[in-house]
Amino acid sequence: MILEGRAAIVGYQEYPHIRKFSGKRKFTLGQWADLTRLSLEDAGLEARDVNGLVCTEIRETVSFTPATIVEYLGQPVNFAERVDLGGASPVGMVWRAAAAIELGLADVVVCALPGQPIPSNPNPGPVDPRRFFQSSSVNWGSPQAEFEIPYGNLAQNCGYAMIAQRYAAEYDYDPTAMAKLVVDQRRSSAVNPNAVFYEKPVTVDDVLNSRLIADPLRMLEIVMPVAGGAAVIVASEDVAKRCKHRPAWIKGFGEHLTMKTPTFAEDLVHSPVGPASAKAFEMAGVERGEIDACQIYDCYTITVLLTLEDAGFCGKGEGMEFIRTHDLSCFGDFPVNSGGGQLGMGQAAGSGGMTQVIEGARQIMGRAEKRQLSRCDSVYVSGTGGIMSEQAALILQGD
Amino acid sequence: MDLTKPYPTPTPETEPFWQGLRNERVLLQKCDDCGTWIFYPRSNCSNCLSTNLSWREVSGEGTLYTFTVTRQATAPHFVDEVPQLIAMIDLDEGVRLTSTLIADETTKISIGAKVIPEFDHINEEVTLLRYRLA
Repeated sequence: MILEGRAAIVGYQEYPHIRKFSGKRKFTLGQWADLTRLSLEDAGLEARDVNGLVCTEIRETVSFTPATIVEYLGQPVNFAERVDLGGASPVGMVWRAAAAIELGLADVVVCALPGQPIPSNPNPGPVDPRRFFQSSSVNWGSPQAEFEIPYGNLAQNCGYAMIAQRYAAEYDYDPTAMAKLVVDQRRSSAVNPNAVFYEKPVTVDDVLNSRLIADPLRMLEIVMPVAGGAAVIVASEDVAKRCKHRPAWIKGFGEHLTMKTPTFAEDLVHSPVGPASAKAFEMAGVERGEIDACQIYDCYTITVLLTLEDAGFCGKGEGMEFIRTHDLSCFGDFPVNSGGGQLGMGQAAGSGGMTQVIEGARQIMGRAEKRQLSRCDSVYVSGTGGIMSEQAALILQGD
Repeated sequence: MDLTKPYPTPTPETEPFWQGLRNERVLLQKCDDCGTWIFYPRSNCSNCLSTNLSWREVSGEGTLYTFTVTRQATAPHFVDEVPQLIAMIDLDEGVRLTSTLIADETTKISIGAKVIPEFDHINEEVTLLRYRLA
């Protein structure tokens, strides 16, 4: 079966990214409802139009997540899915929504990712020290519990650092080019009012002088956690015609998973985004040279470097030179993360990757204000989960 | 808060590996059907899913695939180990594992260097497999 490309992102909501949230706290379910309301309003749709949803985990339950959300929203659906792909979830959610729409299961699907703190529990119970292991499972029988965590190989920083170190052993590694990538993205976030680093550009020296976290990664090459949250509405062609904005058609997508822990990557410097992107480009029938903007998942600088190479925007080992010779800001010749990406906007927990999806749709819709690209008809979006262990790609196009 | 080090709890499938380390021997599984070496221990071959696996003793020697030096602990349980020298080791049999390197801060560490096992007997139950430059 061939994708028709007749499902589109028609509306979105992105809470401003802020360091310290001081607004009214809502449960994840309440944030879900509010993000749904606001993104429907943005599209020009109403609550009763919703007949599909895609979610990730929520704080109020460990299972039966879609049914719990459906009940809270009061909107029955014909299609519901919970995606568990870490930072690749937003891209994974959007393509699943598009596939369901093309198959005729639903015609208005909401994909939401709350990212604000919930109310303080009056009966919090003791702090579970296992929470420090973050995405590494300490459950008995978990391979990480036995073979990774006891050696301290857990959480994200050291894994990405080891990818960068291996890259450096095989290819040209230029800390100044990695710093320039941050500088370019921070020029874009400087004109993005939703960004935590709005009006806060940095210099190459700022990046190179920031604190070393795990060799060779420095503080400013790593995302800052913020409060936020985001949602998009994916709709059928018939619905898209009566919405407010230029639709961002979902023309191609791909996904590839290889492992949980980077120790078990066959080759750490060839990431799963390669096969995922190849599939997306092939499905869309689009060449790399036709892309007007890249929205690349950027938890760390090294993630962007490997994605530029593995998705085929430059050759293997040529990423540093590519970054040195292109202006990657929204004002430049090859815009990468035109809203500042997560390095510039901050990472709102699980909704981080939606930053990339929404900026792609926003540019196609022509709503990016000061950072609007003069021409934006084709966008590449990537999502990265785990430690470059599960990745997905999308091609979005305007008519 | 209990910040006891998160030591491994062997399972019926992995116990021979941990028993080997207690005796200063490195044991790996090998598939009797396709000949693939397997790490971490599991019930089925990671190449052909066969259940015909046997334990073999190996030297434990290998090369450094990559490493990092952490400047802040990866979890509060490891504050006393900073800077942590976290490493991935390619064993000569072709499997890769996570470990830590035992080296002082002045040692020049190069990816691709030969490394040799060091059995770190934590207590009567737990021995961790750490590495040194050869």
